[in-house]
Amino acid sequence: MTAVEAPEADEEVLEVTPEFEAAAERQERRRGFLLALPEFGYLTLFFAVPLVIVVVYSFATRNRFGGTDLSGWNVDSYVKLAEPLVREIFFRSVWLAALTTVICLVIGYPFAYYLATRSLRVRNVMLVFVMIPFWTNFLVRNYAWRVILGNDGPLTKTTEFVGLGEHEYLFTQTAVVLGLVYGFLPFMILPLYAAIERIDRRLLEASRDLYANGFQSFRHVLLPLSMPGVIAGSILCFIPSLGAYVTPEILGGAKTTLLGSYIVTQFLTARNWPFGAAMSFVLMAIMLAATVVYFRKGGRTL
Amino acid sequence: MSKQTSAVEPHGWTKFFLHTNGWLVYFFFYAPILLLVVFSFSDSRNVGTWGGWTLEWYAEFAESRNARSALSTSLQIALVSTVVSVVLGTMSALALERFEFRGKQVFDALLYLPIIIPDVTMAVMLLLFFSQFFELLGTVFGIELAKGVGSITLSHIAFSISFVSVVVRARLAGMDSKMEEAALDLYATRWQAFRYVTMPQILPGIAGGGLLAMTLSLDDVVITQFVTGPGGTTLPVYVFGLIRKGVTPLINAISVVMLVASMLLVVLSLLLERSRSGSGTA
Amino acid sequence: MSAAVELTAITKRFGDVVAVDAIDLVIEDGEFFALLGPSGCGKTTTLRMIAGLDFPTEGSLKIFGDEVGTLPPNKRPVNTVFQNYALFPHMNVLDNVAFGLKMSSVGKAEARAAAREMITTVQLAGLEARRPTQMSGGQQQRVALARALVNRPKVLLLDEPLGALDLKLRQEMQGELKRLQEELGISFVFVTHDQEEALTMSDRIAVMNEGRLLQVATPEEIYEKPVNRFVANFIGQTNLLEGTVENHDTVCLANGARVAAPSEHATGTAVAVSLRPERAHIRDRGDIPPGETSVDGIVERITYLGNARVYDIRLDWMTMEVREENRPGMQVCEPGTDVSISWDPSAISVVTD
Repeated sequence: MTAVEAPEADEEVLEVTPEFEAAAERQERRRGFLLALPEFGYLTLFFAVPLVIVVVYSFATRNRFGGTDLSGWNVDSYVKLAEPLVREIFFRSVWLAALTTVICLVIGYPFAYYLATRSLRVRNVMLVFVMIPFWTNFLVRNYAWRVILGNDGPLTKTTEFVGLGEHEYLFTQTAVVLGLVYGFLPFMILPLYAAIERIDRRLLEASRDLYANGFQSFRHVLLPLSMPGVIAGSILCFIPSLGAYVTPEILGGAKTTLLGSYIVTQFLTARNWPFGAAMSFVLMAIMLAATVVYFRKGGRTL
Repeated sequence: MSKQTSAVEPHGWTKFFLHTNGWLVYFFFYAPILLLVVFSFSDSRNVGTWGGWTLEWYAEFAESRNARSALSTSLQIALVSTVVSVVLGTMSALALERFEFRGKQVFDALLYLPIIIPDVTMAVMLLLFFSQFFELLGTVFGIELAKGVGSITLSHIAFSISFVSVVVRARLAGMDSKMEEAALDLYATRWQAFRYVTMPQILPGIAGGGLLAMTLSLDDVVITQFVTGPGGTTLPVYVFGLIRKGVTPLINAISVVMLVASMLLVVLSLLLERSRSGSGTA
Repeated sequence: MSAAVELTAITKRFGDVVAVDAIDLVIEDGEFFALLGPSGCGKTTTLRMIAGLDFPTEGSLKIFGDEVGTLPPNKRPVNTVFQNYALFPHMNVLDNVAFGLKMSSVGKAEARAAAREMITTVQLAGLEARRPTQMSGGQQQRVALARALVNRPKVLLLDEPLGALDLKLRQEMQGELKRLQEELGISFVFVTHDQEEALTMSDRIAVMNEGRLLQVATPEEIYEKPVNRFVANFIGQTNLLEGTVENHDTVCLANGARVAAPSEHATGTAVAVSLRPERAHIRDRGDIPPGETSVDGIVERITYLGNARVYDIRLDWMTMEVREENRPGMQVCEPGTDVSISWDPSAISVVTD
């Protein structure tokens, strides 16, 4: 912490003047600026500058050795985004991310409502057991499904035993969606819970008093009022699902390559950095657009 | 919402559905984790098969030089990045919540970006940055630097620092700034006001932010994988590499150790939460 | 002996907004002084400038003759009781009260002894180990007082000290504050938007509006002889009868009626005659006691208050309120009755804008 001292008037000057007031104000601003400076500087160097480099790289040329020439600027990488293979991966990613989000919403909304309507004691205990998976290592949580869905894992054996025949679960899109839902369901539940918990229960009573049935009261009162939570939860589910890398790598196969994995491939194996940079940039643009929409809708919590 | 049952309380099928859904969600959350724990004690080469109790895999983990060094690398990185994030994050939280200064809005926006950006994108950014940066150092100053523990730590700070700021700032926002004025009025200097009045009250926020930073650091695979180099293998990256080569019961054991570490952090944060509500501001 | 607080041409601007506009104010030692006005009138800013929490833009600010306008709060011999108290929630009562002494490097033992003594003075002995959050509003108020007073300030500043308390407790604390102030003999400067509170407690009141000081006087003078329309309206209820000055003894009302109203204003000045509802009386039409002034009207509405009734009387050009105390056997007029309103010429005051 920087040691901040009281604004010290020059002992000689004891006269109130607009200049003194302005100097005191300037000192206060400088103090705030200095406090923010280390992190501001850090994020500028390790976030803003890298962001600019990504943009620069996306217009660069890949040379024959898999390196990148920072010359011969072109938009080839962006043109390449329109190729059928890339399009397929892109739409598959969006589809799976959207599916994940919808499933999380469908499971998460009733759950969040259920949570919000328990007595305070019960609710606190239940919340703790939602927080635990939220904090638990993501890699480990995905790996658990790898074990369960494996060829001789418990689930396969159970279905065989019950007589449903042999099933391949691992390395399918279903496995990936399952892993994503498992990973991001807490991210959906918590903002939903926060939004629903805030709603005054008397509003629902009022709607019933005004002749709404249970569904109408949900449709016209509860849902609109909890919309900020729905949007926040959806964004928190959708964005990481779209950029997911760990889950498809562990639970998916060759046919389930998603945007995140594809970008990683460009850097670690295919060595087409400009193209990888262009895709990262597009992914980021989508994310930014989604966030801007969220804040426009008046959301505040993230 | 009140405890007493009211007419809007769901009943019949709706109530049944809500209850069932509730229990199913918890089953969904915990069954895989519990199975993983069970199988980590299973005496079978097959990861998902039960073959009687054993501690063999934990012993293997303890004996594995690679695993142990990955664990210590992870802990070192987590510790350093947490401390730096907490100090810098708390300072900027104070600046944003208690001061006005030029460039505040730009900073505020910049602060939120690392939180909402997908980690693959952040990984790409940092990979390109370090490549360029080290090349620049090499050509201009003749300094040869390679990616490794240093670049990983710098990257972890870059993505956790904002989380700390946001958590501490929320805590500061809940604290009446009149308290600080009261301290000044009672003859405290600015530093004393921070030390004796502000800091004790935002301490749960600072600690909560620190735990979050530590969790994020111990969780990360993608970014670390991009900015790593010789000697820079963290435990998650090590485990991830093992999984890709083929699952073994050793991974089960390591996973459970990581699970226990996560749980410890959760318990700590919950204890903090309790102390937070215990001494809440009136 | 110099005044406790002396403001000369003190101005505070926030950007283009003038919060306090060149006010001159002298607060004597040992005075219970109120800064009264609606929210946003600059009263809190004035108090904060005395405390050192805001620096004035221009002017001179003296405490017991010493210029302090450029000193930070921790270098001023004044202490503040904050609105909502701003007690430190992570400290117990004893540590809260001892805080100021510890900061001014008084020894720990000595600080605690002084704190204990002050806690006893505010009648909280035995509660030293409590956290402020475990206390009632009234108790918190006492802790806040003790925390400020233990430092032996030369002036005590209080920002809406009773605003957070319910009516009963507020009345009790009013007496308590008055007692403490008389006991300590230092001046208390308090900010309030509650005119009744200001009237009850203060030796003198400064009425502020839009950054300006409108009137500084005793409660009685402020109530009886408000200097302008705003003060007359803000302090208590009043009827303002518009008119113009005819001569030093007479004002010609809007309907042409002439009423006895002594004033210093020049002939033709637009003025209003301020008449408090309880100073006017309802009479049968034309039945005016000798020496009183009257106007005629019709009873429009009666509001029953328990100890009094308020009559809305419709005149040709305005509606007036008259308040009659309830006394046994008193005659009650029905709405629609033709009546006269009369008052003693000394009951009114003539105000301008």
